[in-house]
Amino acid sequence: MREFFVSLIALFLGLLVGAAVMLFGGYNPLEAYRALFWSVLTSPYQLGEMLRESTPLLLTGISVALAYRAGLFNIGAAGQMYLGGVAAAWVGIAWELPPVLHAGLAVTAAALAGALWGALAGYLKAWRGVHEVISTIMLNWTALYLGNGLIRAYLLDPNQRQRSRFVAASATLDSPTLASLFGQARLGYGFVLALLALVVYAVLLERHTLGFALRASGLSPGAARYAGIPPGRSIVLAMGLAGAFAGVAGATEVLGVFHYMGIAAALPNAGFDGIAVALLGGNTAPGILLAGLFFGLLNYGAGSMQFVAGVPLEAVRIVVAAVLLFVAVRYVFERWVGVRRSAE
Amino acid sequence: MRMFEALGQFLAITTVYATPLIWASLGGVFSERSGVIGLALEGYMIFGAFAAASSAVVLEASGWGAWGAWPAFFLGGLAGMLLSLLHAYASVSLRADQVVSGFVVNFLAFGLSVYLVKVFFHGAGQTDTLRQAVFGRWGIPLLERIPVLGPSVFATYPSTYLAFLAVLGAYLLLWHTPFGLHLRAAGESAGAAATAGLPVRRIRYIGVLVSGFLAGLGGATVVLTTTGNFSHATISGQGFIALAAMIFGKWHPVGAFLASLFFGIGTGLKNLIQLTPWARDIPLDAILLFPYVLTLLVLAGFVGRAEAPRSLGQAYDPEVR
Repeated sequence: MREFFVSLIALFLGLLVGAAVMLFGGYNPLEAYRALFWSVLTSPYQLGEMLRESTPLLLTGISVALAYRAGLFNIGAAGQMYLGGVAAAWVGIAWELPPVLHAGLAVTAAALAGALWGALAGYLKAWRGVHEVISTIMLNWTALYLGNGLIRAYLLDPNQRQRSRFVAASATLDSPTLASLFGQARLGYGFVLALLALVVYAVLLERHTLGFALRASGLSPGAARYAGIPPGRSIVLAMGLAGAFAGVAGATEVLGVFHYMGIAAALPNAGFDGIAVALLGGNTAPGILLAGLFFGLLNYGAGSMQFVAGVPLEAVRIVVAAVLLFVAVRYVFERWVGVRRSAE
Repeated sequence: MRMFEALGQFLAITTVYATPLIWASLGGVFSERSGVIGLALEGYMIFGAFAAASSAVVLEASGWGAWGAWPAFFLGGLAGMLLSLLHAYASVSLRADQVVSGFVVNFLAFGLSVYLVKVFFHGAGQTDTLRQAVFGRWGIPLLERIPVLGPSVFATYPSTYLAFLAVLGAYLLLWHTPFGLHLRAAGESAGAAATAGLPVRRIRYIGVLVSGFLAGLGGATVVLTTTGNFSHATISGQGFIALAAMIFGKWHPVGAFLASLFFGIGTGLKNLIQLTPWARDIPLDAILLFPYVLTLLVLAGFVGRAEAPRSLGQAYDPEVR
């Protein structure tokens, strides 16, 4: 509960910094925040689009959080997500299968692709001593160009050149029911998948021996080894699982929203925003849910903020950066208090 | 003859694209040798590019002409330094997680710079394009007459010559002065350095601030030699390639310099593909991912071993020995 309030304070301070930046730019922050929050929360369509925006953030948030609980910093969610998207597009385009099965296999392929990419960073850490922060940065860029190359070579839409062909209807995650509930927003089973993933994450980490092994390795590698948990295996497993969740994030975008995979110049933002979600959410499932929805709201509402109050979209990125800074300082503060206590 | 022409053009492009990497990777050497992870190089470059472009626009408007590029260049460095102060304060003084801090700085640099561009340039997503306040090519007498090498390497931008000098200066400073010894000691063994009476935190501040300044110059170089303006896409990953180059160059100024040149070839090749028929069969994506794969192989010890400074990433806490 105390964690929750501290996060809330960080949020509030972040919004305050954002307001100051808007004032400096000659904008009205009250009008901006009103546009940002109010329009989204009062229209079913916009609410649906906001949940759609949150979907990949929840999944990459889980990805980063899971690795973090095992003592690892996954900056690679973006690359894992990207390759997940490519794998989902490949199954969705090149295969022919009955509806539910097709989508299911496409999502599985995305999870596997992400898992492979994550596990690669895990392997490099466990057996070759490469810090995962550096390896995942390099693997991110490798994933981007590898994915682009694969799309260009095998999946390209001959008329568009900058994106793949459309995935088969049987492979989409569209839900007419959810869409009609939210004024035809592009909300589908991808969001349901993200919620399910949160449950899986919570159960895995809190109730399962595997989760215990991962957390133990994160808290104290030495003690974990003494308890018979091989640290190398834990690292590969944690990074692999983290990659799987990020891979599914890519699938929800390709199969649920765009129905194609674009050739990108940069990695998906959602991969990096996942770090923000995990940090703000304190790496717990309920925390990730709230933080994911909040950042989804910020990212989506930024559009109406620009439209209504004329404030540039990027003001929101500044708010997020400020929130993260306050969260980071919060950990410092807590550790500082901890040190004082143990010194007494 | 056409072959030589293509080669010369390739060399020219390589040096131009390598220069920002040289600046930023040198910055990385200073930061990481002092014990602070250089994850924020990308952010410093973004901020440096933004500041250089914005100030050059103003200088151009107030009649500085081509000379406006020089103050803009150094203002770019100062902007990077200003941003690095945040990273230094969070990771050295507050002992925050250096990865989180570096990540936040990058995040902030991207949002803040594009936001400020929109504020300063009436909602446009990029600065005005510079017409005069950019670097022109300087030919070095005699040397520029060497075939192929002359017009491509010895008739290039002043920022490139300065970068070459900076490599030499950084090497001499870090390996042949007491200051360099102290800086490297802070990164290699912070506790031992403190026991020997060195002000570890102050040294690390200097390391980070120098890295911000140099990477800021790198960002400014991109604007003043290549793009002529600043938008959200001006710096997209060069900071991370510079980080890779620094690792590939084994945390040594000369190594980082050579690695930057090598990584510049990647971009040079990209242009060569569009120019020459025989290179068209190489897939562009394969060339683009090459530096990153190579860095991974180096890190994994498959191509020579890379050893990071031992205290890298660890906050120095005088209360904990």
